[in-house]
This record gives sequence, C-alpha cells and structure tokens, in this order.
Amino acid sequence: MENSSDNKARHSLNILIGGEAGQGLVTVGQILAKSLVRSGYFICVTQSYQSRIRGGHNTFAIRVAVDEVIAPRESVDLLVALDRDTVSLYSGDLPSDGLIVLDGAFDIGGDSALKVPFRELAQERFSNIVALGVVGSLLGLDQELMAAAVDDFFGKKDTSLVAENHRALAAATGWAAANATLGRKLLTVSNPSRRLMINGNEAIALGAVSAGLRFYSFYPMTPSTSIALTLAGQAKRMGLIVEQAEDEIAAVNMAIGASFAGAPVMVGTSGGGFALMVEGVSLAAMTETPLVVVVAQRPAPATGLPTRTEQADLEFVLHAGHGEFPRAIFSPGTVEECFHLTRRAFELAERYQGPMFLLTDQFLADSYRAVAPFEVENVSPVRAGTEVAGSSQYVRFAITDSGVSPRLRPGMTEHLVVVDSDEHTEDGHITEDLSVRKQMVEKRLRKGEGIKAEVIPPGVDGDPNPELLLVSWGSTNGAVQEAASLMRSQGEKVATLHFSQVWPMVPEQFMGPLESARHVVSIEGNAFGQLGRLIRRETGFQIDKKVLRYDGLPLTPESILGELS
Amino acid sequence: MARAKRGIKMVTIEDYGDYETAWCPGCGNFSILKAVKQALVAGNLRPHEVVFVSGIGQAAKAPHYLNANVFNGLHGRSLPVATGIKLANPELTVVVESGDGCNYGEGGNHLLAAIRRNIDVTLLVHNNQVYGLTKGQASPTSAEGFVTKAQPEGVASAPFNPIAVAVAMRTAFVARGFAEMGDGLSGLIQQGIAHRGFALIDVLQPCVSFNKVNTFAWYKQRCYTLPSAYDPTDWEAAMKVACEWGERIPIGIIYRNERPSFEDHFPVLSQGPLVDREAGRAMLKEIMEGYR
Repeated sequence: MENSSDNKARHSLNILIGGEAGQGLVTVGQILAKSLVRSGYFICVTQSYQSRIRGGHNTFAIRVAVDEVIAPRESVDLLVALDRDTVSLYSGDLPSDGLIVLDGAFDIGGDSALKVPFRELAQERFSNIVALGVVGSLLGLDQELMAAAVDDFFGKKDTSLVAENHRALAAATGWAAANATLGRKLLTVSNPSRRLMINGNEAIALGAVSAGLRFYSFYPMTPSTSIALTLAGQAKRMGLIVEQAEDEIAAVNMAIGASFAGAPVMVGTSGGGFALMVEGVSLAAMTETPLVVVVAQRPAPATGLPTRTEQADLEFVLHAGHGEFPRAIFSPGTVEECFHLTRRAFELAERYQGPMFLLTDQFLADSYRAVAPFEVENVSPVRAGTEVAGSSQYVRFAITDSGVSPRLRPGMTEHLVVVDSDEHTEDGHITEDLSVRKQMVEKRLRKGEGIKAEVIPPGVDGDPNPELLLVSWGSTNGAVQEAASLMRSQGEKVATLHFSQVWPMVPEQFMGPLESARHVVSIEGNAFGQLGRLIRRETGFQIDKKVLRYDGLPLTPESILGELS
Repeated sequence: MARAKRGIKMVTIEDYGDYETAWCPGCGNFSILKAVKQALVAGNLRPHEVVFVSGIGQAAKAPHYLNANVFNGLHGRSLPVATGIKLANPELTVVVESGDGCNYGEGGNHLLAAIRRNIDVTLLVHNNQVYGLTKGQASPTSAEGFVTKAQPEGVASAPFNPIAVAVAMRTAFVARGFAEMGDGLSGLIQQGIAHRGFALIDVLQPCVSFNKVNTFAWYKQRCYTLPSAYDPTDWEAAMKVACEWGERIPIGIIYRNERPSFEDHFPVLSQGPLVDREAGRAMLKEIMEGYR
C-alpha cells in the first residue's frame, strides 16, 4: 500500500498548529486533516483550546501516519506557528530534523525556521489558507485535492471567495515548492482507501440517528455541544426534532416525555449539566422510560476546566439518581466505538426501558480520526414500544419474569398508559401498598439481570501470562494499547485489559487476566483511580499501582511510559 | 384511526370514571376535577386521546382520579415532559395539571420557556396560595405577611402574579377561574384546550386545611366575572386587568391571541407522530458520505 522506495521517509509525523483563538487554526487544522484523510492517511487529532472565543493559546495537533494511529503523541515534527507564543512554547520540543513554519514578519525562530512571507503571498484574511498551502506542499499533498477540501469547508456559493482562496493556496504551494523542503518526507499512500474524517461527537450523532433517534434535547455545554450541532444540521433532512431547552433539567424531562410518547430519545451534556439532569435519570428509571444519556466529561469539580479533558465522572454517573435501579454505562475507546456503542445504548434503553449512558470526554469528543464508513443502510432502528396482541386489558407495569413489561405508546390504541414517579401499582397509579412496593422494586431490578447478561466483555490483548497488565477504560484505550505495544517491542511481557462498558461488571469476564498478571496497573484520566476502585468494590481485587493524569490533557503513550519506567 | 371512531359514540362523563380521592373533604380540587371531566366531554375527547401530565402536590394527584393517559412526573417538571410528549405526538391533547408550587415555584423557568415556545399544551394550575401536600408552607402566590410554621414572621417576598406575567409575555391564552364558579370553569378549560398554542388557566381554590386567609368566602367576596363587553384580544386592556388583585379579582379569559404554535415550526410534525416517521436510510448514508 505504501511507497517504500524512499527508506528515509517517515511512516508518521506529528503536526502541531498553534495560535490564538479567532486566527482560524481550527480551519487550517480541519482542512489539512481532511486533505490528509483523502490522501489515504490515518490521523489522530488532539484539540486543545482555552475557554474563550478570541485570544489565548490554542492548538490543533494532527498525528498523521500511513498505518492506523490510535493515540496522540506529545512530540512535534512540524510546528505551524500562527503566533509568536507557539514558537516559544513548542520550538524546544522539536527534534533536529523538525521544522517550524512561521510568519517571516515575526522575526524569531532562528535560522532553521521556515519564514513564510505571508503578506506577500496573500491578504491577511487568507493567512490560514497560506499556512495550509505551505504545510500541504511540505507534506506532498496534491494541490487540487487541497483546493477541493477548501471549497468543501467554505462552500462554493461565493465565487469570488472561492477564487481568492484558490489564488492564496496556489501562491503558497508555489512559494513552498521553490523555497522549502521537509528533512524527511512523509511516505505517500498509493490507491488511498476512502474513509470518513469524523470525531467522537459526530460519530455519536450518526450512531444515534442510525439507531432510530427522533428527539434530542440539550442545553449547550462544552464538550458535548457538537453532538447537538451535528444533529441540528441533519434534523430537517432526517425528520428529527432537536430542541435547545431552557436548562438541563428541562432537557432531560422533555426527552423523557418524548420517549414516553414513543420517540427514541437522547440527551447530551457534561458533568455540571448532568448534575442537573440527575433527578430525571431517576424519573426515567421509575417510569421505565427509555433514555440515552451522553456525558462528555471535562475536568471538574464545578466549572473546572471547561475545554479540557478528564475521566473523573465514572463514579458520578454510576451512582447518579436517587434510589436503586439498573443501568448500563458504555465508555467508547475509539471513534468507531462511539458509533457502535451509541447504537447499543439505544437498543438496551428500549429493551430494558430505562436510562443507559455513554461516558466520553473532551479528547475523544473532539478527536478527528480516519475511519471506514459505518454500515447505516442494513442496520435496523429500535422500535419504540411493544405490541399488545388483542388483549382487552392493559397495564403498563405488568409484573413479568424478566421485569420488562409491555410498553404501549399513549394514543396508539384505546388502552390507557399511566405512569407515575411515585411507587405505583401495575396499572401505573400511585400506591402506598408496601407489598406492591416490594414487588415493584424486584421487578425493576430483574431487568438488571438481562442487562448483565448482555455486557460487552472487556478487551484483553497481549501476552497471556504477562509481567505487567495495564487496565483502562474509555478514551485512553489508544494510548494504553500503544504504550503496551512499545513495551512489547522492547521485549517486555505486557498485556492490556480495556473496558468499553464499565457497568455492569461481570467479574468472570476479567478475573482471569487480572489474577494471571504479575503486576497490574490501572491507567486513568482522574485522580482517584475510579475504575480501580470499582473493580476492587466488585471483586475484592486490589490494583496496587496507578498511572493517573488529571492536568486536563489526554493520556499519551509517552506519559504512560514515563510513569511506568 | 382513533379520530374516525370518534363519531360512532359520543363521549360521556362516565367514560372518565369516578374514583376515590386522597383529598380533604371540602377541597377545591373536587370542583376542578369535575370541571375538567366536563370540559373533556364537551370537547368530545376520548380518554386515550388525552395525556395528563402532573408534578407533585395535592393538585398533581388529580389525573389519577380520571380515565386518561397519565404521566405523573417530578415536582415542577411537568411542562418539559408535556412539551416532549406534544412534540413526539402532536395528535395527543396534552394537559398539565399541578399546583402553584409546582408551576410558579419549582418549575418557574419552564413556565417562561413554555410561554415563549407557545407549545400547544394547556396548563391548569390549582392555585390555593399555599403548600398543601407538605402541610402548610408559603407558596409563590402567598400574600406578603402570610404566616405559616415555616414563615412565622410572615412571608417576606412579594407574591407572584402569574396572570400579569403571562399577559406581559403575550401567552396565547390566559384565563383565571375560581374553583367554585360553577359551569363557567369547565367552559374556560374547554376553551383553553381548544385554543391552539399555550394556554394558562390559573384556578383559584380554597385550601380548607392550611389556608385560613384565602377561604371560600374570601374569594367569593372578591371574584367577579369579566363583562361580555371585555375584549381579551386587547393586550393593553388585558395588562390592566391582569394587574388587578386584592379587593377585586377578575375571572374569565383575560387575554388571547392567535400566534403560530411551536409545533408549526417543525415541518416533520405536519405528517403526524414522530415515531411513525421512518428514518431514511439512504439519506443517512448521504449524510455520512458528507464526512468523506
């Protein structure tokens, strides 16, 4: 697949674009990433931004490779500095064959920097296109392919803008071809596969629609908002309703109402917004209403670091909601899993009639990857509600062996559908009959047995009798797998145990690997080691070493190896 | 399907049942419950075509005492639930029935949002100016100085005027009723349900156990029916009437207009319940291709 004639060429490269908010670095980053994906490369994007619209210091990092990349790296080979701060913050990280691309007008960066005469090549407002053209040229990207990516990004309605963009791009690539080379070039990919460039939140939105989502309500909160934006952009064509509620309390209650009336629903938020939704979670459980909740984590307590990443809400989501009721919590480790596990959450929500959760974080939500297109045509959406064949009587909360009662949608038949947040009788009316209370608790909890029987086993990879077992969950999957693989290449006996579903826990699925390893380390993006604590609570197994990151940045292979050595 | 059957048999009050309640004898809720049933019958609505949404409080129990679909949810959160139900299935008649604490206290933000949306939901507020279920604390509509065990020095906040707020925000339908006003109450409720858009019907009612100030006699002395010459489409006149409170309390339709309702903004809803709309697989594939 790849051209190996140039044995000095690189298989992968880390590009870091830095600048102030409002300079268009995300524009450069997205168009460059799309051009790379269309050229057949794999990417892993890490977006790091401050919680402000202009100013500050933001970065858009692309790890690009001819083979699949699953984690971000901390090193930088190609630094694209849209401001001076980027140079002072990152130029020290550059290896000897690295390159800084910057505006010649900055008058910094030393002799090795590639000083681009931005003002000579185009007007200032096209600086981001100039940066794109120079970097694309250095990477050997096709100019027409880049021009098409630019057009797709900005649209083609404004023909003079299209022409100006193309002119700036041509000037930049022309200048770069004459004045610049990259020490070691990136291998080219022949016959590139067609892949999607998509991030975690977008994959969740697509997964939800493919699962039959009809109604999404939300209150904007970083880093969950782009799920809403993605769905809102598709709403008209897909016949969805996407409603920005007055607050998260309304968002969750609205979704519960829509679900009760027969629409498959989802809500998305982050920790603080989820805190407001918690009473609604308990309501969905009591009224046995299907509900999918996405919690895109960010550092907390309280407002925390609004635009950074963390995995500190596992215990919160696990315990959210007063009272006892079953739930499932999925923790996608990849963008593909964001799609597939969202579908699964919808299926479980409908089958077991209650709240199901997806736990992601800012890193995964915003991380663009190159993925094979999802199967969307031959997968079936969930069917809301159940048929009740020819019975003359209907009660919403019929006691059954499985705990699951036939769920009619109100208005669809002459049967009445009555639900109550109070403890209720089989027909849904408020009761204080304590024997009914006991029966209803047991009925609801029996659904948990079904959920447990469907748990996705954690992924086990690597040496069957390892010296070292790395345990992880959610978005850290890639970094952990890569760290393990790097250690194995050094001759170490390392295995990994990764949870893409963190609840319920079925110890038989993972006690073998835990007990056969000589040392077990949990690797998590929080300060408590919450998965480790949960494993101990459920199994008694004490994980003695933890690698924990809670500075707002994602775990990387380097950060893991640094702690393990 | 349901609509075709409607002509076959007229709906009667018996269709809505008759149940034992958990209310105090003499409670204003009994009259309101009767008026609600009469309004539904007068509107020829069959029980399965109606969803009652309620929160928590004595008033919120009302839907348990008639035949209809019911979602008895959380304190203060009825309006978002009702909004979700109406958006998922606009063919359902959705009525929220709860008290002053639920709708003007705990759920105040949702009231403002529901008015702004103008969702086609009828909000029936049992307003007794006190918390009954929790035994007698002040409510958002309690008068300043109202003494309770929780407010032994008297309520220090000014009372909320739901009618003035609703008129100020040009709510599609605003009415005030009185539990003991007779047949007029079911008429108000029926008109509120029939009016397209958001309808607020604030119903004053005595609480025989916990409100010894705003008694049946207190209301009877003050409530007067708006004259037939009163024009509820005149917003400025309505603002004036909405601010009337104290010695004289106006009863009737205070204000109404014909704003487009929230559902009208969603083309997908003109084709019936959301759930019956099969997601287009081919369209989804096209959307996905947009990520290439």
